[in-house]
Amino acid sequence: MAEKAEVGCARPTGGPVGEEPVKTPQDTPKTIKEVRGMIKVGQKAPDFVSPGYQKGEFINIKLSDYLGKWVLLCFYPGDFTFV
Amino acid sequence: MGAEVLSMSIDSMFVHKMWNDNELSKMVDGGVPFPMLSDAGGKVGTVYGVYDENAGVEARGRFIIDPDGVVQGYEVLTPPVGRNVNETFRQLQAFQLVRETAGKEATPSGWKPGKQTLKPGPDLVGKVWEVWKTEQAFD
Repeated sequence: MAEKAEVGCARPTGGPVGEEPVKTPQDTPKTIKEVRGMIKVGQKAPDFVSPGYQKGEFINIKLSDYLGKWVLLCFYPGDFTFV
Repeated sequence: MGAEVLSMSIDSMFVHKMWNDNELSKMVDGGVPFPMLSDAGGKVGTVYGVYDENAGVEARGRFIIDPDGVVQGYEVLTPPVGRNVNETFRQLQAFQLVRETAGKEATPSGWKPGKQTLKPGPDLVGKVWEVWKTEQAFD
């Protein structure tokens, strides 16, 4: 039966339910995931390439192309959210 | 103000277009002027420390990056609380002033354009109380 979702600012997410899959030794990751902390002020901003949309065009943006300019990089939870 | 804005979320560029065309263009004449970037999978957000793996979305992280590509400041908020754009502008203007004066001037607490800056140096050690009053930290 469908359940009415609560309205909120975070994007509703789902995931697998039910019994946990039986773990076999192969499921154990062989490499330890790199632990990342918060990036530090005074250090280089990590470079990236991202597809995007601007004024009717689909574009690709590379952060390092903005060297020589001040940049405000703003992340947000998702399009069509309320805040 | 001399800064380029880039926004980023886990939405695709197609959803960005729909959001801009159907809603944001009704708030802002001509629509969003800056690039709306797509970070599907949160890879960039992870590197910047703003991607929440459990929720699958990015927090409201805002990074001020200088012309050398160095992060001068950031702020990260959980989704329900919006940013203060004026505070971002104020910080940007402060960082620009510090850069233009090559660090000869610094901006004390509560500084905004037009208010007094401090000139760090041996003469100022132990003498800030003479030239700067705590009331100046407030508007």
